[in-house]
This record gives sequence, structure tokens and C-alpha cells, in this order.
Amino acid sequence: MSQGLLTAAYIISGVLFILSLAGLSKQESARFGNFYGIAGMAIAVIATIASVNDINWLALLIVAIVIGGAIGVFLARRVGMTEMPELVAMLHSFVGMAAVLVGFASGLQMLGEISHACGSAKALDSVAAALGTTTDLSNQCYVAALGETKHVIHMVEVCLGIFIGAVTFTGSVVAFGKLRGIISSAPLSLPGKHWLNLAMVTASLVLGAIYLGNGAMWPLVIMTLIAFVFGYHLVSAIGGADMPVVVSMLNSYSGWAAAAAGFMLGNDLLIITGALVGSSGAILSYIMCKAMNRSFISVILGGFGTAGGTVVEGEQGEHQEATVDEVAQMLKSARSVIIAPGYGMAVAQAQYPVADITRKLRAKGIKVRFAIHPVAGRLPGHMNVLLAEAKVPYDIVLEMDEINEDFEETDVVLVIGANDTVNPAAKEPGSPIAGMPVLEVWHAQQVIVFKRSMATGYAGVQNPLFFKENTKMLFGDAKAMVDKLLAAVSG
Amino acid sequence: MPMMIGVPRELLAGERRVALTPDTADKLKKLGYTVAIEAGAGDGANFSDEAYSAVGVEIKVDAASLWACADLVLKVNPPTSAESALLKDGATLLSFVWPGLNQELVQTFAGRNVNLLAMDCVPRISRAQSMDALSSMANIGGYRAVIEAAHHFGRFFAGQITAAGKVPPARVLVIGAGVAGLAAIGAAGSLGAEVRAFDTRPEVKEQIASMGAQFLELEYEEEAGSGDGYAKEMSPAFIKAEMDLFLQQAKEVDVIITTAAIPGKPAPKLITAEMVQAMKPGSVIVDLAAATGGNCELTEKDVAVVKHGVTIIGYTDLQSRLPTQSSQLYSTNQVNLLKLLTPGKDGQLNIDFNDEVLRGVTVIKAGELTWPAPPIKVSAAPVAAQAAAVVEEKPAKPWLKPLLLAAGVGAFAWIANAAPSDFLAHFTVFVLACVVGYYVVWNVTHALHTPLMSVTNAISGIIVVGGLVQMGSHSTAILVLSLIAILIATINIVGGFTVTHRMLKMFRKDQ
Repeated sequence: MSQGLLTAAYIISGVLFILSLAGLSKQESARFGNFYGIAGMAIAVIATIASVNDINWLALLIVAIVIGGAIGVFLARRVGMTEMPELVAMLHSFVGMAAVLVGFASGLQMLGEISHACGSAKALDSVAAALGTTTDLSNQCYVAALGETKHVIHMVEVCLGIFIGAVTFTGSVVAFGKLRGIISSAPLSLPGKHWLNLAMVTASLVLGAIYLGNGAMWPLVIMTLIAFVFGYHLVSAIGGADMPVVVSMLNSYSGWAAAAAGFMLGNDLLIITGALVGSSGAILSYIMCKAMNRSFISVILGGFGTAGGTVVEGEQGEHQEATVDEVAQMLKSARSVIIAPGYGMAVAQAQYPVADITRKLRAKGIKVRFAIHPVAGRLPGHMNVLLAEAKVPYDIVLEMDEINEDFEETDVVLVIGANDTVNPAAKEPGSPIAGMPVLEVWHAQQVIVFKRSMATGYAGVQNPLFFKENTKMLFGDAKAMVDKLLAAVSG
Repeated sequence: MPMMIGVPRELLAGERRVALTPDTADKLKKLGYTVAIEAGAGDGANFSDEAYSAVGVEIKVDAASLWACADLVLKVNPPTSAESALLKDGATLLSFVWPGLNQELVQTFAGRNVNLLAMDCVPRISRAQSMDALSSMANIGGYRAVIEAAHHFGRFFAGQITAAGKVPPARVLVIGAGVAGLAAIGAAGSLGAEVRAFDTRPEVKEQIASMGAQFLELEYEEEAGSGDGYAKEMSPAFIKAEMDLFLQQAKEVDVIITTAAIPGKPAPKLITAEMVQAMKPGSVIVDLAAATGGNCELTEKDVAVVKHGVTIIGYTDLQSRLPTQSSQLYSTNQVNLLKLLTPGKDGQLNIDFNDEVLRGVTVIKAGELTWPAPPIKVSAAPVAAQAAAVVEEKPAKPWLKPLLLAAGVGAFAWIANAAPSDFLAHFTVFVLACVVGYYVVWNVTHALHTPLMSVTNAISGIIVVGGLVQMGSHSTAILVLSLIAILIATINIVGGFTVTHRMLKMFRKDQ
């Protein structure tokens, strides 16, 4: 395939990828978006294979693709929707690793090209050696070639690509481990961890400079190892509950790794795709940071997630308990109901009975909607997927900004497995979570909070909502209570 | 041995309420008590003896046998002296007591081994709302006041346009926006009247507005909350301004409902004979404070009278005129208090003075006078603002941003100058792609952020192309590295697209 055709194919793929993301702007067009992505990918892969002259190991290549594809399908079919964050983290680690491998291959390729180019100099050296004199033409040629700007830039790109890829790889593996519970979710806090990080970055820079000087592989290998440790340490220092931000951040890193690979190979399609993915991840982590009231910079540096567990203030008053029958009566006599779920609902797998209650109430003509805080799940938009899986129609699932003003006209709000995201303390200056945007459920006529106990949420802040006059608590396992409520509402 | 709860028939003339319904009897049994009721006690509230016995309540033929066996007696009205003598040794009586007004009655219990608990002494705090019988009764009183007014009023409450001409809505003034006042506002509004309301406490303005009534402002400043949730007496200058307002209003409105009461004192006189004269003939005044002397000068207790063409209603038994509802709410309040008194759900009373609600209701404990309880401050009026913890501001670095910007521009200029044009071309693509990515991703709906992540995951597998282009190499090392890269990138691509498809399939619109 000619270079021109290949470029054309890449342009088409690039456009298809952009359309794929654009398709996700609405639920109606989202499935087309996914197909655009698949089409773009197919075009890119086929065109690339067709363009590589005298391809080696074609059979092995096909085997690799088939095996990879089979594993991918297997993972994607088997994964439960609550495990999505783990799958996403794992997939990020693959991109990181692939970027490292491509980087090494590209570095080796360049070395090969240079020594091939200096072949004649080598021949002259051996002629000189045969004549009894020693010349160093091949070495001079080698050094001169390394000094050429295009090779310097290429080597910088290789370094960057490998570094980002390696950090993404181990970072994602740790994130995966923490989400799975294989690794303790408590933040690892080594003494002087910021200095440690700085030392590792400096060492990587020094090794990169050595690589630029001599083009040898060993500094690159050591730098990769350091980058692995760096990625591991960076994410280990972050608490398990902050993994949503970390996963979005790694999403971004994996994009930048792909873009760096694009630079080293001079491949625009890789650059475009990497940039799309990189900005997508960055925006998602920005949204998550806003919703958790954390600074974006401190997230990127990995220096957050350690401030949790602040002082719990004493009792703020008395709470009132409700019974399941009472709540069922309230729901049945309500005109408008809003359900504010948190991750606790998904942990208890209570979304299915919640969806059933929703159907029952809507059949009675009661207006039921869901209010989703951006950090309600373990990934951006995770709660929406979990509710969609439970067959809750997406047009009654609303974002915080869309629904916050409607609480005033709402009869009953059910808060299920959420705490910090509905905490009125966020509106008061001086509170540890001050400034965090929250669902203002307390404006409703009646709030019912499903909760295991009066313990504080992740932020360690007492929740004044529980002591408000229009709040009643329903203690117990979310699933068990919701099941009972479903029975009571049906009866 | 679980305690026996006994509910006698109310002796007060005209009283139709009862302190137990079949529904609440069932709840009491769940608390571990056995329950008995005097025959015919529920008749006035339309609860038959059969309905009680159906839920396992024992029917006692007369009061004497009931009092003789009851460990805990539930009543509505304060006991008569005859009744108090019947209370057996070691037993407890729970009813309205009004210890401030009924000192003598309280004294008959002092020194005896009995407990006397007063429903009217439940503190006004959030937790005790479900036990607050005064609020329940006030709510009913407010509602019934409107119904009585409508009954005596010669016109519609709601405005209508009929074939026979236009009917203006009735104008209702509610004075005092406590529980009764708010209930009256709600009931009058529901009937279609145009409602205005007045209260000396400015903090209730929002509540009045939320019930759909107009709040009448007084051009006068005075602090009116007393800190315990009730209103207090006002200064003479304030009262003068208030009276002027009422006279003005009397000329405009058709119905006045007064609910102003000050605990332990005679009701303030708010509606003078002059104001009554100023009202249109056929107007109605309902005086909810008739029991403590009335808010209107011309009110006569327990009857409806017509003076200057205005019907003035002074009924004090409005709750009893809605007996089923009153009994049900009152009895539920008592059950809620008993839940607190019976922490073990074992049918045993535990009057725990560490609980401020129980401390508050207890007038006599084992013969010892414990009333009045120490005050609890609960008013919702703003307490002094809490000293906010000082949040440490990051020291601002105004020079940082421009410096970074300058460094960025410098670095870019250097690269542009030194790098081959080939690199610059790629860089252009990169920057443009970032900008496109920025706009496209902000447009993605929040609900699809997880599919967005998985789809970007899949397309970041485009790194497979990096592996593919190196498959042309002759170096085995490069080929092996590339093959592995291709394999894992393919996992990503296929896995990412498949799981995205799975997720998107689940998003369904409502049919």
C-alpha cells in the first residue's frame, strides 16, 4: 500500500475516533459512537499491516492478534459492572506496557539504522586495520549520527514514551490491586516520600541524558526499572477511596504514552488518538477533583489522599429512626420521590430492588428520579452504568446540577449508601469538606437515610443531615432494608 | 410480669376522645404490655368494644375494676380527684395534667407511691416531635376552627365565576402562626380563601409564606422569641402598632381566627369590641384561646354568639368535635412516648431522668414532685455564628503563572527553532488533537463517563500500530518486543470495545 493511501486511511481512522467520542455525548448516539471506534481501529490496523513491506512472521502476528482478541473478549464478557474500575485499570496497564515495549523496539530500530548507516565507515576502519593503522571512523560516525537533531529528538521521545508507559503500567497494576482488595487500600506513607519521588525523577533524567550521550540500552533499562518503582510508589501513596481519580488520571497517562509513541514513530494517528485519550482522562480527573473538592495539581503529583480521617466532632443532636412500613407509606402517598444512591448501594447490590421499587412507584403515577453525584461510584459515571444494568431508564437518572434545585418540590428523598455527597456541612466554611458540591437533599419535605450505623463517611466528617428535623434514619444492611421496603411497597 | 395498661372512659362532659385506638393497642402489645379498656370508652370516637377485643384488648365492665388492675393508666384529660384516688399503689398515670394550672390536683399525688406523667410537658425538641400531643391537638384545632367558621359563614370560601355572577373569595386573617395557626392557614387555603396571617415572631414569616398565605408586616422592631419555642408578652408600643393593624384588617376580612396564647397566662386581648363592630355583618371570629379567656373581648367560652352581626365562636372542645382523628393522633403520641419509656420492649416502664424528654414529662416520680423540669433551650433563632476553623490559605504566588507561561513559550520557541520541520508537523497535529479532544470530551454526558473511559481505553490500544510498523524489522529482538506489544494492545482494543458495547446496550430509555 502506498504511503499516500496509508495517510488517507489514518486520516479516516482519526476522524472516526473523534466521531466515536462525539457519539457519546448523548445516550441515543452512543452505540453508533462505539461502532465508529471499531471501524476506525479496523481501518488503521488493516492499512498498517498492508503497508509494512516484507512483513516478517505474518503467521505469528495473526496468532498474537487472535490470542489478544480472545483474551479481550473473555475479560469483557465476564466482568461484572461493579468490577468495571478494575477492568479499566487493568486495560490501562496494558497500554502502558505496550508503550514501553514499542519504545524499546523503536530505540533498537534507531540503533540498527545508525550502525547500518555507518557501515561504510566500519568498512574503512577494517581496511585501515588491515593496513596496520587504527582509525576510529565508525565510532566518529556513530557519535556524529547520535548528535543529529532528528536522532536527539527521537531519543527524547523514546525516553518519554518509555517513562510514561512504565509509570502507567505499575501505577495501573497498583490501582487494580487496591480496587480488587489484593493490595491494602490504606495509603502507603514512606518517610520523605516527596523527596523519594523527586530523587527517582532526577535519576531518570540523568539516565536519560546518559542515553542521549551514548545511545546504549543499559541506561534505558535502568530508567525503566526506576519508572516502574516510581509508578508503584505514586499510586501506593493514595488511599483506596481516591482510586476513581487515580483511574481517570492513569487513563490520561495512557493516552500521553500513546502520543509519545506516535512522536517516536512519526505516526500522526497515534498522536491524534493519544491526545484524544490524554485530554479525555485529564478532563475526567478534573471533574472528579472538582466533585471531591481537591486540587488538580496535587492529584497529578500523587500527593493527596492522605488528609482523610479528620477529627470527628461530638454528637450534634438526636436522630430519629423510621420503620420500613412508615417509609413505604410515605412513598406511596408521595407525589415526587428522588433517590440519591451512593457506592454503598452498589456494594450491597441493592440497585436491583431499588429499581423494582422505582417501577412499582412509577406504576402508581409517582414521579421517581435518581440524583447522581459525580463521585457516587468508583469511576466517573459508574453509578449510571450500575443503574442502567438494573434496568432503570436513563432519562430519570439525573446529574447533581440538573436536579439540585428540584429537591424543594420533592416529597421524599431516599439516601441509600451515601454520606459525604449529601452532607450539608459542605456549605459551611471551616468544615473539612467545605466547598465540595453536594446534593442538597435536605430541602425536601422528608429525607430517609439508609445506613448501617451512625459512623462517619470517608471524609471523617459528621453529617448534620442525620440530625435534621425532616430526616429519619433507617438502619441496617442496604440490601435487606430495600428488600423489605420493596415488599412493603408492593403490599 | 408485664405491666397492665388501663384506659378508662373520659369523664369530662362532652368529651368524645379516648386515649387508645385498636391500632395503637396493637402497638402497645408489641412493646410487651397487656392492655385493658373500660367498656364503651371508645364509643365517642367511633371505636366499638368489639374492635378493641378483636386486637386482644381486655374489656373491663366498669371504671373501678379497670383502675384496680392497671399499672399504667392512659387518659386524655387531667384526672378528677375521684379518679386520682382510684390510682393503685405503684402505678403510673399518663395524660394531660397542666401542672401549672392544677396545683391542687398534683398535690393529691404527691407523697403517694405513684408516678404522674404529663403529655403537655413534652419538651419542644426535634426528637420529641412524634410525642408532642399539644401540636397534634393544635393542628386539629386549627383545622376545625376553619370548618366551624365556614359553617357559620354565609358565603363560599373560594372565589368562583358562575353563570349567576362572580363570587369573590373569602378573606381570612389568622393571628398567631403556631401549629394551630399554620393548620388553619392550610385548611382555609385549601378551601380557596385568600389567607393573610400575623405573628409577633418574624422568623415564622417563611413558614407562613410556604403555606401560601400573605405575612402581614408590622413597622416595628422587637425581639419576640423567648428561646423555648413559644411567644412571649410584648411591649405597650408594640401592642399599639399591632392593634392599629388589626383594626385596619378587621374592616377588610370576613373571617378572623385567633390562636394567640402565652403559656401559664391569660390570653392576650387582641380583638376589641371596636374591631368587631368594624367588621362586616355576617363575618365570623373563631377564638382558639377561649379556654384561657379568649383573644377577643366579646368571646363567650364554649358557645357561639352573634354580636354586632358577627358570629363569635368560643368553643374549647374543637378537638373533641373531631374525635376519631384526635384520638388517633393523641394515642399515637402516647405510644411514641411509651416506646421511649420502654427501652427493653418488655412491658416494663423505665423513667430515665438522663433522657431530657422523660425528665420533662415527669411531674411526680414515686411521690416526689419533680416539676418543673430544668429548661431546655431549643429555639431555631440563629445562635452566634460558630467560629470557623481557619483554613490555611496557600500563599499566593502571583509571579508563578506568568513565569511558567514564559518558560513554556521559550521552550516552544527553542524547539521550533532547533527541531526539524518533520517534528513540528507532528507537533501541530498533537496540539490540534488536544484541542479537539478537549471540546469533544466536555460534550460527553456525565452519565456516559464510564463508557467514555472504556472506549478511550480501547482506542488507546491504537498503540498496536506502533508494534505493527516494526514488524518489518529484521532484528529478532525488535520482532519479539513488537509481537508482545501487539498481543497486549489487542486485548485492550477488543476488550475495551466489547465491554463498551455491553454497557451501552444496558442504557434504555423509558418506554
